[in-house]
Amino acid sequence: MPDRERERKSEVPKAPRLKDRDRDKETPHSPAWERVLLARHVARPHTLDFIAALTTDFVELHGDRHYGDDAALVGGLAQFAGRAVLVMGQQKGRDTKENIFRNFGMPRAEGYRKALRLMQHAAKFALPVLTFIDVQGAFPGKESEERGISLAIAENLMLMSRLPVPIIALVTGEGGSGGALAISVADRLLMLENAVYSVASPEASAAILWRDASQAPAAAQAMKITAADLLEFDIADEIIPEPPGGAHTAPALLMETLKVTLARHLDELEEHYTRRGAAGIEAMLETRYAKYRRIGRWTELAEENLSLDHV
Amino acid sequence: MDKFFKRVPKGNAAEGNTERTRPQPSQTTPPDSTDPNLNSADLSDGAEPSAARPSEGPAPKFAWSIKPQGEAKNGKTLAHPVKDIPDGLWIKCTHCKELLYTKEFENNKKVCHKCGHHFRLGAWERINSLVDEASFAEIDSRLVTTDPLAFTSLAEPPYAQKSLESRRKTGLNEALITGFARLEEQPLGLAVCDFNYQGGSMGSVFGEKLVRLIEECMARRLPLLTINASGGARMHEGMFSLMQMAKTTGALARLGEAGLPHISVLTDPCTGGVIASYASVADVLLAEPGALIGFAGPRVIEQITKQKLPPGFQTAEFLLEHGMIDRVVERKELRATLVTLLRFYAQAAQQAAQSQAREVRLLQREVSYAG
Repeated sequence: MPDRERERKSEVPKAPRLKDRDRDKETPHSPAWERVLLARHVARPHTLDFIAALTTDFVELHGDRHYGDDAALVGGLAQFAGRAVLVMGQQKGRDTKENIFRNFGMPRAEGYRKALRLMQHAAKFALPVLTFIDVQGAFPGKESEERGISLAIAENLMLMSRLPVPIIALVTGEGGSGGALAISVADRLLMLENAVYSVASPEASAAILWRDASQAPAAAQAMKITAADLLEFDIADEIIPEPPGGAHTAPALLMETLKVTLARHLDELEEHYTRRGAAGIEAMLETRYAKYRRIGRWTELAEENLSLDHV
Repeated sequence: MDKFFKRVPKGNAAEGNTERTRPQPSQTTPPDSTDPNLNSADLSDGAEPSAARPSEGPAPKFAWSIKPQGEAKNGKTLAHPVKDIPDGLWIKCTHCKELLYTKEFENNKKVCHKCGHHFRLGAWERINSLVDEASFAEIDSRLVTTDPLAFTSLAEPPYAQKSLESRRKTGLNEALITGFARLEEQPLGLAVCDFNYQGGSMGSVFGEKLVRLIEECMARRLPLLTINASGGARMHEGMFSLMQMAKTTGALARLGEAGLPHISVLTDPCTGGVIASYASVADVLLAEPGALIGFAGPRVIEQITKQKLPPGFQTAEFLLEHGMIDRVVERKELRATLVTLLRFYAQAAQQAAQSQAREVRLLQREVSYAG
């Protein structure tokens, strides 16, 4: 497939409303926006590709046991680096048909409830959890609201903060908003070099801030969403370098690096915590809590500065 | 009910304000909830709270907004915003167009007499109209945001300037006020959002204040009440805002493991990162009638999915019908409902303590027999 065509295809997975604008080559670019486009590249490996390349014996487990099976969030048991682990992640499609099936990789409430169930499964059998984050955002539709997507996400956050097994989250493409956070509260948050992670997708941010989704490139820049930014903020723990040109140019190379890196983090977590019994697990949960506890920037006003007359 | 309405006095405001500059919560809240205060709550029903102290200090700095900021029940802003009548004596209900006598409207906790539409309350209005008179002691009032992203914008002033403007406009230092208060003598931790401050959005300071309150609740063994009104995460603080969702929810997980209840009251509006995090993981979820509660706003949903939304979509009643919340509670019933609920948990803690004491006694007896 010629590169140009591939480029064009890469625009398919984006939310429908963005299509016209993104095809417009006049759209202003920014360095962060370049990363966003790379992170959304259609040839970029998706969750099932990562699972296939990094693990063996993957058995996908389906359904949330309440309502349905969400194809936008996949998960199951697999062998990784000599261990049984639980893997899961959002799954985007490569063509229109697949994207409709996968709902453009935007999970609904049942997707997050499936994640919840799988994590409880992992806790029951003391399986480490590996999650792959690649989502523009949880699906903001009518059915999501009817089935309580906010509650589903919130419950995941709560469970993950106390899940007594090691959790490693890898942002592989775009991490967007609560839909990404809902499976990425982890002991280690890793990001691929060209991955981005933001409070809302650049389009949504621009729409919220300036009521103009076409300013997404500017929003991407202003919101500081690249892997390097997040490492600097102490939110991401490590950046995994990609082959020049992006993950899709030499996926095999990337997978080799990833295998080593993920195994190293898992080794560390097991050595520090899970091999040390109940006290070790308690220490792991304390460390996880502390990791999130310290995120944020604030300052305390002195008494004399309380007056705002000078403003 | 007369007694009830008297608890809306503006005089309380001065007290709240004093506390903001000198946060000394230990003055008003006992260090341990297992103290006799929990028992006395049962006896003091109907009596004026003994914790009431005379108001002191300067006049409040915060603005009492009389102007209703409400939206219609379907969550859409009405085409005709409320116009203040010059002398402010009368205002028009945005929902049913009835003319309301301002004083009466305020005494009714900003609920329309005719149609029952609940208008939004600012954080201080909420606190003063809900908790025992002068029982609220604010903590961490001086935490303010920095500008972690050095956020510059195309259209609006830089975030740092916007924050200063919001602080001046609202008299608040952040969209969340935290502290300790009493409800019919029962002590509790209280966090109240103010939608007037940047849409009640959750940023670093919001999250930090809430987590500090939760940790303090654990230290003092107190229940937590959050009253939520927020558009979601604060865009201007980027990922720091998103991470507050994990941070606050993680703290609540620990509160829950400590066996302390969290009651969340959802008021108009509750959307985005707040409803998808701490505000949803409560032991009891209450909502005010007609409040807009949802993950994404109705405009976004219609735009993205091209689905037509039915009337009443994403209202408190819609959530109740879909099994997402426990109760829809009218504002005038809120205090009584909370008091009753809190009593259950205080009672449960007592029962647990008693049975534990019994076990210990039995154990001691066994030990003494063995000895």
